[in-house]
Amino acid sequence: MLNPDLVGRTFTGVTSTLVSQEALDLFCAVIGEENTEIAPPTFSISITLDQSQTLLQDSGLDWSRVVHGDQRFEIKRPIIAGDQLVCSSTIESARAVAGNEIVTVRSDLHSGDELVVSTWSTLVVRA
Amino acid sequence: MNTFHADIVAGAELPTRTFQIDRALLVQYANASGDQNPIHQNEEFAISVGLPNVIAHGMLTMALVGKYVSDLAGGSAAVKEFSARFTKPVVVPANAVVDLVVSAKVSQNEAGLVKLDLFAVVDDVKVLGMAKAVISTS
Repeated sequence: MLNPDLVGRTFTGVTSTLVSQEALDLFCAVIGEENTEIAPPTFSISITLDQSQTLLQDSGLDWSRVVHGDQRFEIKRPIIAGDQLVCSSTIESARAVAGNEIVTVRSDLHSGDELVVSTWSTLVVRA
Repeated sequence: MNTFHADIVAGAELPTRTFQIDRALLVQYANASGDQNPIHQNEEFAISVGLPNVIAHGMLTMALVGKYVSDLAGGSAAVKEFSARFTKPVVVPANAVVDLVVSAKVSQNEAGLVKLDLFAVVDDVKVLGMAKAVISTS
């Protein structure tokens, strides 16, 4: 079970992720995007999925039982190659529904002081 | 080029586009996104956890719908918000090509921002719910 004391607390990564042109090329190729100079709208998930799991690994959230319920992006500016992005993740809410736990995780990616993208993932932790 | 002009009003329906999903695309997305969950690649594993077969990453479906939105918007740079609920898994049997049919309806066109309701359908079943995007026209 999720530790309820952690709801609302933000965990910020101590290292940044360098966005490579190769990473953009690979992601763009999947969806047939020819403009590889900027990231497609959902590219940031390739950073935040892994980062949020690491940042929240001591939260009691059982990632092996997680089903992705919904996803939202607010994109302040497109990610580009060379960005050094630091992820911070917050469990914004957690509630029990029919034995399952529904957890909303917000992950923000910053480049220095600049907020680049905010993402919200609703995760259903199956009982 | 941006599809939107001031004369595109709420209620306007936008052209449908079909994306094809197969097992090779799932592997390609797994490598591009880092999501190597075996339910998206290994049939035996997927069935062992109660799924009908290998399923596509929900985020792959969303990435393809994102491509549809980027093209409407005249490029990814104009996409400001994008959200969706994963309502039904997209089942991808071996050697099959699954058609993901994407369309949109304008819900608002005001002050340089167009709000879209998005629809993503496989075999006449909606696979995303409450899918929405906000794009800038300025």
